[in-house]
Amino acid sequence: MNIQEFLTIFISAVFIYNVILSRFLGLCSFIAISKETKPALAMSFAVMFVIVMSSIITWFVYRFMLLPFNLTYLRTISFILVIATFVQLVEMVIRKFSPQMYRAFGIYLPLITVNCAVLGVAVLNIDMFFLNGKQVAGSFYYSLFQGICVGLGYTLAMLLMSGIRERLELCNVPRALKDFPLAFIIGGILSLSFMGFSGFKF
Amino acid sequence: MKTLIKEFTKGIIKENPTFVLVLGLCPTLAVSVTVANGIGMGIAATFVLLGSSVIASLIKDFIPGKIRIPCYIVIIATFVTIAEMSMKAYSPVLDRALGIYVPLIVVNCIVLGRAEAFACKNNLASSFFDGLGMGVGFTLALILISAIREFLGSGQLLGHTLIKGFEPIFVFGMPSGALLVIGLLLGFFNFLKNRKT
Repeated sequence: MNIQEFLTIFISAVFIYNVILSRFLGLCSFIAISKETKPALAMSFAVMFVIVMSSIITWFVYRFMLLPFNLTYLRTISFILVIATFVQLVEMVIRKFSPQMYRAFGIYLPLITVNCAVLGVAVLNIDMFFLNGKQVAGSFYYSLFQGICVGLGYTLAMLLMSGIRERLELCNVPRALKDFPLAFIIGGILSLSFMGFSGFKF
Repeated sequence: MKTLIKEFTKGIIKENPTFVLVLGLCPTLAVSVTVANGIGMGIAATFVLLGSSVIASLIKDFIPGKIRIPCYIVIIATFVTIAEMSMKAYSPVLDRALGIYVPLIVVNCIVLGRAEAFACKNNLASSFFDGLGMGVGFTLALILISAIREFLGSGQLLGHTLIKGFEPIFVFGMPSGALLVIGLLLGFFNFLKNRKT
């Protein structure tokens, strides 16, 4: 466990393998909720929070429940259940303690359950930081940090996309390309520019 | 019988999950680098879709409405685990190529969407054909996208070189190529639809 490792995780999760633009996780929300900056930002923070918390929870579930009892094949089922329950819990807590925030998050919270980015990061953490059924040294911190970085990458992509689409509202575009098709093409160009980071190494 | 055929065919063109409903794009874009990957993903997703639609329609009278979504997720995750384990056993190469996108079928919106929108309201036979049709539509869409990408990105189709001396355009094998291809395809279908009306 050293600083260099963390730096590599940061660069690769935010830029090189950006969740949305290169791994295609959470693409549905990226296309659907990026029309304006404000909701896009709210969604990004909600996603980031859930990703970080679920990285922590799924690490504990995997390390202390699935690994010792040789149940690793139950990974998918247990992870998605834990994530769904957690999102439900967060929703109830927020509704109880901060109705204002609840209204700001609105429908985005329940949507996060089926956001591939959350389950994707959980699975990715297990694939990367548990080798041959054993955890690498410091795997918990790596998982936590990767969760944070993926959340940051998601926020970055959402911000870029919503900024561009806000301006596009004022432009005249071909009728056939309106909305979805154009959003995908913009995403493609953004992803092309992110490819420039792929030479980065430490 | 006629309605069953209609349930089956609507998923292929009229309500194609990828091009019309625009659902479940993460795996579509991520694995469509080669046609072989696309077909593998399509078959796995069809299997999960079929299984979960059938079970969801069988148990629709027993599960209370409030907890139906968690129930569906458990059913879907079970089928995904079956698909994952059989893929690991019978086709490890494909399993390695598809990577984390196999477990991610769980959060594919098509599967949950069909259970929630169709299977929980219809009988077994029509749910079966609906699931099958959606799966076939998804697979065909994957094949179309991956064929374009594989041909332009590496000049090959299913591993065979088609045109000698064709200089491949590497961008189409990259993530950005996937987004461009699906954007242009969606635009093309919109254009056809606009012209008809």
